[in-house]
Amino acid sequence: MTEHAEKKMVDVFSDIERETAMTANPAGYAVTELGAADERIVTLAADMSNTVAEFIARFPERYIECGIAETNSVSLAAGLASAGLVPYVYSMSPFGMLKTCEQWRTDVDYNHLPVRLVGRLSGLAMGYFGTSHYAVEDIAIARTMNNTVVLSPADAASCISLMMSTASLEVPVYIRIAEAAPKVYDEAPEYEYGRWPRLRSGSDVTLIGHGMGTGLAAAAAELLYSRDSIEADVFDAAYLRPYDEAALLASAEKTGRVLTIEEHSVVGGLGTIVAEAVARAGLSVPLDQVALPDKDLEVGVPAELYEYYGLTPSNVASKARNLVRR
Amino acid sequence: MPADTTLERGRPLTGAELLHRADWIRLQTIDLIAQAGLGHYSSTFSAAELVATLYYRALRLRPGEPNWPDRDRFLLGKGHVATGLWPVLADLGYYSRDWLKQFGKVGSPLNDHPNMKLAPGIDFSSGSLGHNLSVGAGMAIAGRLAGRDYRTFVLTGDGELQEGQVWEAAMAASHYKLGNLVAIVDANGFSGAGPTSQAMNIEPLGKRFEAFGWTVREIDGHDAPALLKTFDELPDPASEEPVALIARTRKGHGVEFMEKQPQAWHLGLLNAEQYADVVAEISGRMELAR
Repeated sequence: MTEHAEKKMVDVFSDIERETAMTANPAGYAVTELGAADERIVTLAADMSNTVAEFIARFPERYIECGIAETNSVSLAAGLASAGLVPYVYSMSPFGMLKTCEQWRTDVDYNHLPVRLVGRLSGLAMGYFGTSHYAVEDIAIARTMNNTVVLSPADAASCISLMMSTASLEVPVYIRIAEAAPKVYDEAPEYEYGRWPRLRSGSDVTLIGHGMGTGLAAAAAELLYSRDSIEADVFDAAYLRPYDEAALLASAEKTGRVLTIEEHSVVGGLGTIVAEAVARAGLSVPLDQVALPDKDLEVGVPAELYEYYGLTPSNVASKARNLVRR
Repeated sequence: MPADTTLERGRPLTGAELLHRADWIRLQTIDLIAQAGLGHYSSTFSAAELVATLYYRALRLRPGEPNWPDRDRFLLGKGHVATGLWPVLADLGYYSRDWLKQFGKVGSPLNDHPNMKLAPGIDFSSGSLGHNLSVGAGMAIAGRLAGRDYRTFVLTGDGELQEGQVWEAAMAASHYKLGNLVAIVDANGFSGAGPTSQAMNIEPLGKRFEAFGWTVREIDGHDAPALLKTFDELPDPASEEPVALIARTRKGHGVEFMEKQPQAWHLGLLNAEQYADVVAEISGRMELAR
């Protein structure tokens, strides 16, 4: 019971100090920086203005509140983009890519418009609010879009880097923000378009994560090395579309085992990306996933849910160990 | 015409010329559909006078420079009537008339629904009903932000207004005081499967738009003098209320047997005999009007 008492629901709607890497609302900070450098940038949100409060304070005329009407916000943004503006649409993930996927596909993606959908509160971040507030299928949907770049920052520094990188992208972008991501980078990493930074080099097993999965992979690699002398090749799969097929296949060939870690369904996310690529390349490599099961999910405080579903360094390490010993 | 030639708003067009243009659109439409093998006749015909008024009178355009920032925008919310738009855009010089010969073929920029990435003169793609009023509101907001005085017109069907997103857009348009946005409702009373009133009643349309904060004009969508006057007297784009033009139309207008069975001709293909009858009916009327 004491253990339970420690795991309280945090106020995910305010960016108050809390023990996650996303505390300082890096996506809100970054869009303000971007907006200062480029007058074409506008922000929109459907009752989520708190996520862009700083932008609104500095550029009030360039913020378009949409009320609780997400589908309208995406189509509206497409209209703005067709007139030369660069809209960043902030949404709660379940009501972003999931609720508006047809507007995204038809109005934004098919027309190659530079709209950015920033999904806050993805995965299980809204925990005990119930499964209506989960977004664990969004990457599966987003990655089938023809022209959309899909990004999943590992932590706050990563989020700022990836957000800033959108300045030069003339295409649609979906950025999925994990709220409970542990810190991975001391300073903002320099991402190369479509490439996965290698966080650690090893030849026993490949660990690939995105969002909070990246930090879990890094922490698990530490455990594997210190306890079992297992050396893991660890990647930050910040780019999910396009993804780093060359890095993936080279590592899979080297280690012969791949484990993916993500706060997303086992269906359609990074695990699927890896399975498709490995099979297509004809590699005979065992794969495993740390991800959310393809069934009704439990409801609870996120920190508890992460433990329940094994999104912990110890479970990642354990699965990796099993792969190595298989 | 030179790239910087601007077709201004309020170009000379008599009522008789407008009706003649609308019939020409009908004839062109049946030819394009014959070529493709299937098409939307009756809903294109209900909108023919509206399209003619827009493109030969009301819109400020620069066909030589399709992306000219100050052009008036036109969005075909009911994208399935694009067949009626293709000959008009060719006639105005957006592309060669030869393009029409490829209509409906793989690789052609011109298809049953418009694609902004493929066809010059298309301000936004459509096909999924209910989106374009939102998109148009976005363009209108962009116009305000840029200090440009262009208007954005969105042609919707009345069945399309059953889509909830339309009313999200209607709310946003009045909230943002978009007097530079004009929704034209081709209220022909039918959707694909039958009368709009039976599928899901959307009347009283005028009162609904008014309740959402719009200025409403109701007109007969086939009445040339009324169309010219209404488009000429639109509120200034700088004004604060978006405008809904509710055009009461007849689905299949201009072809007697289609008007009698508008639903049957929502999507179809005329056989040779019917084709000849339709051509005779429309061209006969055009001759008489000369």
